[in-house]
Amino acid sequence: MQAGAKLGFILLISPLVLWLGLLIVIPHVDMFLVSIRERIGVGQYQTSFANYMAFFGEPLYIITFIRTAMMSILATVITLLIGFPVAFYIAKIAKGRLQSALFLLCLVPFWVSELVRTFGWMILLRETGLISKFLQWSGLADQPVEMLYNDVAIMIGLVYTSMLFMVVPLITTMESLDDSVIEAGYDLGGNGASVLREIIIPHAMPGIVSGSIVVFMLSLGNYLTPTMLGGKDSLWFTELIYSQFIVRFNWELGAAFGFMLLFLSSVIVWGTLKLTGQTLKSTMG
Amino acid sequence: MTTKKTRAALFLSAASFAALGLAGAASADTLRLLTWGGYAPEDVVAMFEEETGHSVEVTLSNNEEMIAKLRATAGGGFDLAQPSQDRIAGPQEEFGIYKPMDLSMLDESQFIASMLEATKANTTVGGDIYGVPHVWGTSALVVNTAAAPMVKDYTDLCSPDVAGKVTYRLKRPTLIGFAYAMGLDPFAAYGDEAAYQEILDAVEAKLIECKAGVKTYWSGGDELLNLMRSGETVASMAWDTGGWKLNAENADITTVAPAAGALGWIDTFVLPAKGQADQAAYDWINFVMKPEVAAMITDAVGNFTASAGADELVNDELKARFQNTFPPEAVDNIKWYPPVPAGLEVLEGATLDRVQAAG
Amino acid sequence: MSTADLECVDLTKQFGNFTAVDDVSFTVPAGSFFSILGPSGCGKTTIMRMIAGFLEPTSGDILIRGRSVLDVAPNKRPVNMVFQHLALFPMMNIEGNIGYGLRRRGLAKPEIARKVDEALERIGLPGIGKRKVDELSGGQKQRVAIARCMVMEPEVLLLDEPLGALDLKLREHMKIELKTLQAAFDTTFIYITHDQSEALVMSDQIAVMNEGRFEQVGTGRELYYRPETAFVAGFVGEANRWRGRVTRAEAGELQLATEAGLTFAGTDHGRGLAVGDQAEIFVRPEAIRIAHAEGDVAHLENRMTGRVTSLLFNGAASRAMLRPETGGDEIEVTLPQSGEFADLGRDDTVHIGWEGAQANAFSAGGS
Repeated sequence: MQAGAKLGFILLISPLVLWLGLLIVIPHVDMFLVSIRERIGVGQYQTSFANYMAFFGEPLYIITFIRTAMMSILATVITLLIGFPVAFYIAKIAKGRLQSALFLLCLVPFWVSELVRTFGWMILLRETGLISKFLQWSGLADQPVEMLYNDVAIMIGLVYTSMLFMVVPLITTMESLDDSVIEAGYDLGGNGASVLREIIIPHAMPGIVSGSIVVFMLSLGNYLTPTMLGGKDSLWFTELIYSQFIVRFNWELGAAFGFMLLFLSSVIVWGTLKLTGQTLKSTMG
Repeated sequence: MTTKKTRAALFLSAASFAALGLAGAASADTLRLLTWGGYAPEDVVAMFEEETGHSVEVTLSNNEEMIAKLRATAGGGFDLAQPSQDRIAGPQEEFGIYKPMDLSMLDESQFIASMLEATKANTTVGGDIYGVPHVWGTSALVVNTAAAPMVKDYTDLCSPDVAGKVTYRLKRPTLIGFAYAMGLDPFAAYGDEAAYQEILDAVEAKLIECKAGVKTYWSGGDELLNLMRSGETVASMAWDTGGWKLNAENADITTVAPAAGALGWIDTFVLPAKGQADQAAYDWINFVMKPEVAAMITDAVGNFTASAGADELVNDELKARFQNTFPPEAVDNIKWYPPVPAGLEVLEGATLDRVQAAG
Repeated sequence: MSTADLECVDLTKQFGNFTAVDDVSFTVPAGSFFSILGPSGCGKTTIMRMIAGFLEPTSGDILIRGRSVLDVAPNKRPVNMVFQHLALFPMMNIEGNIGYGLRRRGLAKPEIARKVDEALERIGLPGIGKRKVDELSGGQKQRVAIARCMVMEPEVLLLDEPLGALDLKLREHMKIELKTLQAAFDTTFIYITHDQSEALVMSDQIAVMNEGRFEQVGTGRELYYRPETAFVAGFVGEANRWRGRVTRAEAGELQLATEAGLTFAGTDHGRGLAVGDQAEIFVRPEAIRIAHAEGDVAHLENRMTGRVTSLLFNGAASRAMLRPETGGDEIEVTLPQSGEFADLGRDDTVHIGWEGAQANAFSAGGS
């Protein structure tokens, strides 16, 4: 009987262990080994932390990382500011078919690939694109307006790409908030602002935190959007990693960059949780 | 009891894996081709499959990704690859991802002799030949001659007359092209890291100076075509075929051979180290080098091939465009890429990073 | 004579074509416990939400202490509400919950703390201010929910089936406690429920509501003993019911023939039923006398002999179901507490009877 239970446990746990082991742990260990390898000649390597030193020794790399992190944080904040009212409307105000329809509408952009979505933005934002044409037609602009190839375009792309990942956890947490709790907030003298501040936001906090973590990580790790919409000044950390791996054949430095990204982004998430007094535990359960 | 069962299961799965492996080896007439867009048009693939009975799986890529893919599997996963001839010797020395080519399996008479010999020389490592030529072309200027008639050389892209309406890639061809236009000789400095670094520094300064006038650094062929087609840019450094393709739509846009010389590349055939269908690979090479097949590929991709006698079969419009861009003296002026010594990309990469970060 | 705490005048609420509340008027005197009793969907919650301000009436007026509050927002009305599932704020501790309204009023911190402590004292839960909501039992939450409203010193407290989520034992206990709290706070309570025993036990006045209208407003006693409509007679308390036709009518004394062919004496309490009218007759189980010997019920106007089909033991409220010999539906009869029928078994034959005055007849409308 006990042996049977043990076997059952092993069978249940083995997909998770295999998944974690084969797809996460082993590649990371391998990556780490690559990252502490220094090329000293054709096909010759030695173990050292030279690649990590290279990261800290070159201001460009650090600047790029800081820029990427700042833009990602900003994208997260904007996504939250836009996503919160949207999620509130879907979860609390829209009813029945409208609710499902709106939810579906949030999902629709994800039926096409990220590449196509990004191309969509390029068509809209470019100098000869729809928005520019419309502005000229309506007389708001007297010459073509270039809205592509700058940081604002990156931001639009990032926010658009991340919206779903913010809205879904927010809807889930807000749906669990009993309408009568909100009504009680008003009934006891609260106004819109205080009900939002004291009741809705504290209740939605787990959703806000988990949505923000996901959006931050997605933005930080995004490659297509910053490179395609960002133009000539678009420095994005994943671009550096890609170019080290693919263009420069420098897997060692690329792997070190990968680990710095993993480490620094974890530090940022941890720090933000500390700063806002949240814990991962309260967020997850 | 339990352990016995587990063992039995392990044995079973091991056996089935072995069976799969055997099956894979037995059907080795599937050619897994790692190539560029347009180099294996569907009609050519269909003809080849009909004629030889092999089947072809095409994966589209570019130089860097081809090497990265093969490096990741130590030369496995593909049976035939097509990197440029200057990118064979270096990666082979460093990573050992290719295997030598058995020239007796090929019909050498189908190749333009001079191009075959040059490629052989450039792809020889340790006495073994690793590559034979296939498609060749150049990096040149694609210009809207009505809007930017003054653009004659790479550095003209920095002219204030076209500021804000210029695009090029932030890649190594741009470094090389600018260096030549600035009167330097980067290929001659390939063997001397210090001298090459000096050239790179000069080009870096120039590119940073030019950066304000660049609309964007293009990264994909379609992106470039859209930029030129829409008129958002009027001059660019790009592949020659891009200009010819646009020329068919808009007679003002065409490819211009830069005064300093277009940069010539030759894409080759190489055998990945762990390729499993060498026979199919040789069959493919012999097949596509036939003049009539090579002409079909030229029509599809816009670039000419190393197939002897194929040029006559190419459609006249394309030939006219080519001759228009490259009169005989311009052909002679083409700078052919020599093999890139291992480690040079790191220097160039640092330069490109600094250009990107500047401003 | 003091003004009424709450007065509703011709209150109507329509949702599209559906009339949820249909021209309802009532007055609640200060300091009283007023219940609205009705089945779910009768419109009682709609009335409450209009009083609280979450819904706007289609027509009519709501006055609190003689002033119309129609254009006063819910957060400004001198009315507070205890919600069906209490709606305590799970993100705050008990102190935070009770102090919420006071903070909104902008009271100073020490004053809030004092009032919160006072309220906790009043509900008999001193010192739990720092606890979390989910650490409390159902009954404690109930009291906190009331305290949260009462610190606001509302003129009217609305309670929307607040006992619904509690188990039976606690519900019984809370009925008494609510009544005590109401007396202690001396505030007008408007209580809505579908549970008649909650309404009967606690209320000074009960309005029985059905399909958007008030059927009858009165004390529990009046509703129980003198129902004015067939709905009230059927909804409040248990009743045996028959349908029949009036065959003789003399000064309120009726003779009725049921569809099953029985003949009953009944009374219409001045509702003026005439010969030929269709009628519904209600007889409470406890109004029926039960006897072993036929002679014991001989003096009653309505008599029957029946066989016991089942016994429903429920302590003091034990009942027997009888199948009459003459046919027709089963009749529910309360067993006397004398123990005389303690050994009654299934299939025993007994005699039952009741006074014509206990058979309450209502016009069944139409014919």
